[in-house]
Amino acid sequence: MPIPNMPTLPVPPLKQTKVFFLPLLVLIVSCGGGGESLRVFAASSLRGAFTEVAKVFEAENPGVAVKLDFGGSQRMRSQIEFGARGDIFASADSVHMDALVAADLVSGTPVDFASNSLVVLAMSQGRVNAIADLAEPGVKVVLANSNVPVGAYTRKVLENLSQDPTYGLGRSFKDDVLANLASGEPNVNSAFQKVVLGVVDAGIVYETETLLALEAGTRNIHFIPIPTAANVKANYPIAVLAEAAEPELADSFVEFVLSDRGRTLLRRHGFRSP
Amino acid sequence: MAVMNPVTQIRNNPAGILGSGGAVLFVLFIGIPVIALLIRAAQQSNFLDAVTGDTALTALRLSLFTSVISMAVVVLLGTPFAYLLARSDRLWVRVVDSLVELPLVLPPVVAGVAMLMAFGRNGLIGSGLESIGLHISFTTTAVVFAQIFVASPFFVRSAKLGFQSVAKDYEDVAQTLGVSPLRTFFRITLPLAAPAMFTGLGVAWARALSEFGATMMFAGNLTGETQTMPLAIMSAMETSLDGALALSVMLLAGSVLLLALLGLLTHPRWQGR
Repeated sequence: MPIPNMPTLPVPPLKQTKVFFLPLLVLIVSCGGGGESLRVFAASSLRGAFTEVAKVFEAENPGVAVKLDFGGSQRMRSQIEFGARGDIFASADSVHMDALVAADLVSGTPVDFASNSLVVLAMSQGRVNAIADLAEPGVKVVLANSNVPVGAYTRKVLENLSQDPTYGLGRSFKDDVLANLASGEPNVNSAFQKVVLGVVDAGIVYETETLLALEAGTRNIHFIPIPTAANVKANYPIAVLAEAAEPELADSFVEFVLSDRGRTLLRRHGFRSP
Repeated sequence: MAVMNPVTQIRNNPAGILGSGGAVLFVLFIGIPVIALLIRAAQQSNFLDAVTGDTALTALRLSLFTSVISMAVVVLLGTPFAYLLARSDRLWVRVVDSLVELPLVLPPVVAGVAMLMAFGRNGLIGSGLESIGLHISFTTTAVVFAQIFVASPFFVRSAKLGFQSVAKDYEDVAQTLGVSPLRTFFRITLPLAAPAMFTGLGVAWARALSEFGATMMFAGNLTGETQTMPLAIMSAMETSLDGALALSVMLLAGSVLLLALLGLLTHPRWQGR
């Protein structure tokens, strides 16, 4: 007796699945390999400089690939703490480097290799044309969060500007600027981009960003210098990580960064000596 | 024909005017950002460079590689699991059934932190694994873990509904006719549940490809190793809008393609009806 309502069976769909997967698999099985590689965790502000340093280092060490990962130093540090494997860490301040040293995640002693300072970045023809304007009610300011090196430096600079009466900004300057905070960013690059995209009126970033902006041909922004006495000297330490897969290669990369040629490259990107 | 006053019209057919109004607003709300993205991307001169650039291709390859692996795992393990959920009425199965959907409501960031606590360097299981040389957190494996965690419920849920829609009678009849249970499953149950499984797979795949929060927390953002497309977009946003736009358009195109494929696979003609 025929079974009522028995549907005709379709082509077993497993065959379709195979056809479906095939082009993807072909695409994927093109992963390269071979040669030594070095993974460098670096502060966001080093993006331009380290990209060039890595290129030169690769050219001088055939077969070596330098993988660069940029981010806020605090994020790089926490990634390393939670198990990210890399060979080198270059931080924008000593706080995050010292934390890794204390946790025995760094081999040897970190060495300062460069320094930086801060500058105000603002939209051209915008509401911010002088440092005092940052505190004007209604102005939108973007800063890095206080756990980000540049964010911590920024708060120190704002404090310096508030404390010294010669700048004429008033005691409440720091609080007034922080009250204008439109967004707290995780690294200097994203703070910079917020101003470039015109989302906010101004921000406080590293001086080295001025060169990056010039290079990128960004025209809708201008920079307002911060008086030297109120500014900070942000020192950048570098160290080989305890779990480096290629410790000797990592050592030679650090040596290269510290060498005259390395320093020249860094200087070209606006960094000063530590 | 008499012209009805609008209030009467709404009263008579709420789906008419209100529905059309809603449709227009909805399409604009979703459509305008998508069109804005395409316009801005088309305006840039180096669009092709950005699309074929190293960052984009590396991230794309990693996204495809990881999502294919996680989908293979999800289908291989999720199918028998979904079948159990569909056919068993035991208490523990019902409890598991309700737990399966937890990742759907759990914020992905929380999933990432939780996985870090489990499989991280000092994690519950991770510390043991580390001591025998197995590293999971901040590796490509972690990306796959994150994708399986957040995407598997979409497949399991859909496959379960698919199996439930296959009447138990068919299986019983086949077996009374002497067909082995396993053969019955592969020849009758699976083909009939296939459309639902494909839909589930498509949605799960889309979810895996768009995974961001859990990946960011648990796998980090390492180029070539854990930086998938969504993470590459975030990183690109920090350096150049152009790069972010190009990557976004690539993912948008992929999503539209997946949507079309889903429509095709679940088309009645494919369902053998």
